[in-house]
Amino acid sequence: MIQIPDYYQFEVNLHIFAAFRLKTVTVVFIMTLSNQISNYLSKFTVGIAGCGGLGSNCAVALARVGVGRLIIADFDIVTEQNLNRQYYFHDQIGRLKVHALRENIQRINSSVVVKAFDMKLCVSDILELYAGCDVIVEAFDKAEMKQMIIETVLTKMPGKELVVGVGMAGWGKSDIISCRTSGNLHICGDEVSEVSDDLPVLAPRVCMVANMQANQVLDILLRDFKPLQL
Amino acid sequence: MKIILNNRNEEFHQEQLTINELLAEKNFTFKMLVVKVNGELVKRRDFDSVTIKDGDDVMVLHLITGG
Repeated sequence: MIQIPDYYQFEVNLHIFAAFRLKTVTVVFIMTLSNQISNYLSKFTVGIAGCGGLGSNCAVALARVGVGRLIIADFDIVTEQNLNRQYYFHDQIGRLKVHALRENIQRINSSVVVKAFDMKLCVSDILELYAGCDVIVEAFDKAEMKQMIIETVLTKMPGKELVVGVGMAGWGKSDIISCRTSGNLHICGDEVSEVSDDLPVLAPRVCMVANMQANQVLDILLRDFKPLQL
Repeated sequence: MKIILNNRNEEFHQEQLTINELLAEKNFTFKMLVVKVNGELVKRRDFDSVTIKDGDDVMVLHLITGG
């Protein structure tokens, strides 16, 4: 008898006539591989620090693949200028980003549990909000905030996986965007393109880095995933 | 000494270097930096006291705004 983990199977009871008597037969179906993956991912929690270009797009990618819980935090509201790269809509202008993003995520995948925190994160908030997360995604705008979360996680949260996004302003140069890992720190981006008056952050490159961060999260969460194929 | 700097082999004529000396040697003049030596984060205030020796694995990340 093959042992099949619960998250790979579902059961259907069939009522059939056998030997002129009504009997109930339970048939076990094996899920498709993408359903196995989303069921497996449903047990994980990912923290996302910041809901701008990186955070909103990364959160949506993780929701689509079925990560069970997302803990999002940001203090800002949606503006018209955000719509060139962030996962919000025109009718959400003026709303808190965390509330608008929770709504957008739940419109895509209602089974994702989203915990939304309207706050500017400091060291103690990061320790408190993200302690139970399997992976933390750094999605801040400011370099100072990026440094703060990296130092906090590396020194005060030993073993915690952190995926950061560094360098995505401008356009073109797709080939210099990459990902590297140093212990539990995963760095996505080109590490050189800083935002400035001459080099704005635009949807294509920030979405590339946000989705690269989401891809790195999957790589971490699926380390022990064993697909079942009969 | 030979070290690994950002996953690449690098050679220096000095026997050892402080982190600030290494950053100067490589022309890393950025304001916001994260440095790890052999997997351990080094605080900025220790950049003049922590030394890098032969065989060390050093990661320097330049933090820039945008996201």
